[in-house]
Amino acid sequence: MIYYDKVTKVYPDKSIALEEVTFGVEPKEFVTIVGHSGAGKTTLMKLLIAEERPSGGAVFFESSNIHRLGKRDMSKIRRRIGTIFQDYRLIPTRTVYENISFAMEAAGRGDGEIAADVPHVLELVNLGHKIWNFPRELSGGERQRVAIARAIVNQPDIVIADEPTGNLDPENTFEIVRILRKINELGTTVLLTTHNKGVVDTVGGRIITMERGRVVKDDKNGRYVL
Amino acid sequence: MIFTTFKRITKTGFVNFWRNGFLSFAAIVVITLSLCAFGGLLFASAFGRSLIADVKDKVDINVYFTLSTPESNILALQSDLNGLPEVASTTYISSDQALASFKDKWQDNALIMQGLDEIGSNPFPASINIKAKDPGQYGAIADYLTSKNPTDSSGTPIIEKVNYAQNKLIIDRLSKIIPAVEQAGAVLAIILVLVAMIVVFNTIRLIVYTSKDEIAVMKLVGASNVFVRGPLVVSGIMYGVISGIITLVLMAAFAYWSDALILRLAGVDVASNFELVVNLLSNYFVRNFTQIFLIVMGAGIILGGVSSYIAARRYLRV
Repeated sequence: MIYYDKVTKVYPDKSIALEEVTFGVEPKEFVTIVGHSGAGKTTLMKLLIAEERPSGGAVFFESSNIHRLGKRDMSKIRRRIGTIFQDYRLIPTRTVYENISFAMEAAGRGDGEIAADVPHVLELVNLGHKIWNFPRELSGGERQRVAIARAIVNQPDIVIADEPTGNLDPENTFEIVRILRKINELGTTVLLTTHNKGVVDTVGGRIITMERGRVVKDDKNGRYVL
Repeated sequence: MIFTTFKRITKTGFVNFWRNGFLSFAAIVVITLSLCAFGGLLFASAFGRSLIADVKDKVDINVYFTLSTPESNILALQSDLNGLPEVASTTYISSDQALASFKDKWQDNALIMQGLDEIGSNPFPASINIKAKDPGQYGAIADYLTSKNPTDSSGTPIIEKVNYAQNKLIIDRLSKIIPAVEQAGAVLAIILVLVAMIVVFNTIRLIVYTSKDEIAVMKLVGASNVFVRGPLVVSGIMYGVISGIITLVLMAAFAYWSDALILRLAGVDVASNFELVVNLLSNYFVRNFTQIFLIVMGAGIILGGVSSYIAARRYLRV
């Protein structure tokens, strides 16, 4: 489904974020990428949604080389990828409902569908009672759950979550992990980055370990070894 | 689908406009000030044109005829003058009309009226007042009169005097000053319009800059450029429309009250001169309202909309 083919990323300040990284992700897999800060986890995610371009190699989504797609095709691919950012990236001037409905509008969904699906997806993340609140009126955990709702509302093929628990307390952290596992059980591929040992131990499954921009371990039934 | 997208873009633009209250207010203030500069230029142009037309109208030359000149000869010359391309209009003033005008003007001065009685006959010659289409053309008209040198049936020249020589200095100066004033006004207007456009563009660029993270998020969740940029352009157009309406109201207020104010400042008795000049700007505003409306609203919408469109482009490269 996703394939990183000898991907290298060097930033303009000459720092090497990724060096010849190669691995693939199959449909319905739950893959956790672990590594210390600066290991290249976030860069991997950014390359997948074309927020960054690789310096070498290629990133494939199904058979498409993401960075060779036109604007229109890239928008279509992005609608099939639900992205959860560590810093939530909600739109501050829009309500919870509008933050989620926007993603559906962008995907060309109808008004009736939006009116039905947004409350439903908010119930899934236990935020049905905050539907008309603005992001500034929510806690960190609630904001992250809104971000998850936005990521899954279009029923994407894959959800990528970049350190989604980085700013959360333990209680919210495990709530987020529980939701991600549930999404995966429903058939959606999940790609998660974290450096939280507790999260890794809870999730289990395939774990890719990164160090200084390289994949140092790819274990189907991995453990946190850093 | 296109209708739905258009509806969503418009709605989002309106909502953004309302929720970004302070930024919208700042944009409206800046665009209103710029449009007021446009409005000021329109008024200054109207005022200037009126002033120049007034000055041009006051410049003329008079051809005075000998007392014995038959009226038919004068009328024949007037007909010839009217045929000249340089001549805008001519007015024949008979010696009787000149006398009546003189008496009317000096009726309160007993000494002058007594002197006139002592002369006995009418001492005022008939004349033709000539207005040229352009002040620079009076020389050519004077040359025509000199070269034609019309005579009566006995061969005696009928022209006593042409006052071009006395007026030549002021006519020459005006014919140089008026085009210079017009050109300077045009240059000033262009500079002012450019400055206004730059200020508005930079203000809107700053507003769009504050939304750059939102733009990036929208792009990353799969929104098309039209979907991201559309609401910004709608908000920009709203800034322009509201600024345009405010500017038109301010221009109307200025037009209705400034005439009287200017005259009062100049020490002119408004009541007695009211019908003469006081309605210059207000008349201009009412007569040209459609044109002014289109210019002001069009400038506002273009400034707001196009600035937003261009400013957003930079942040869409995600």
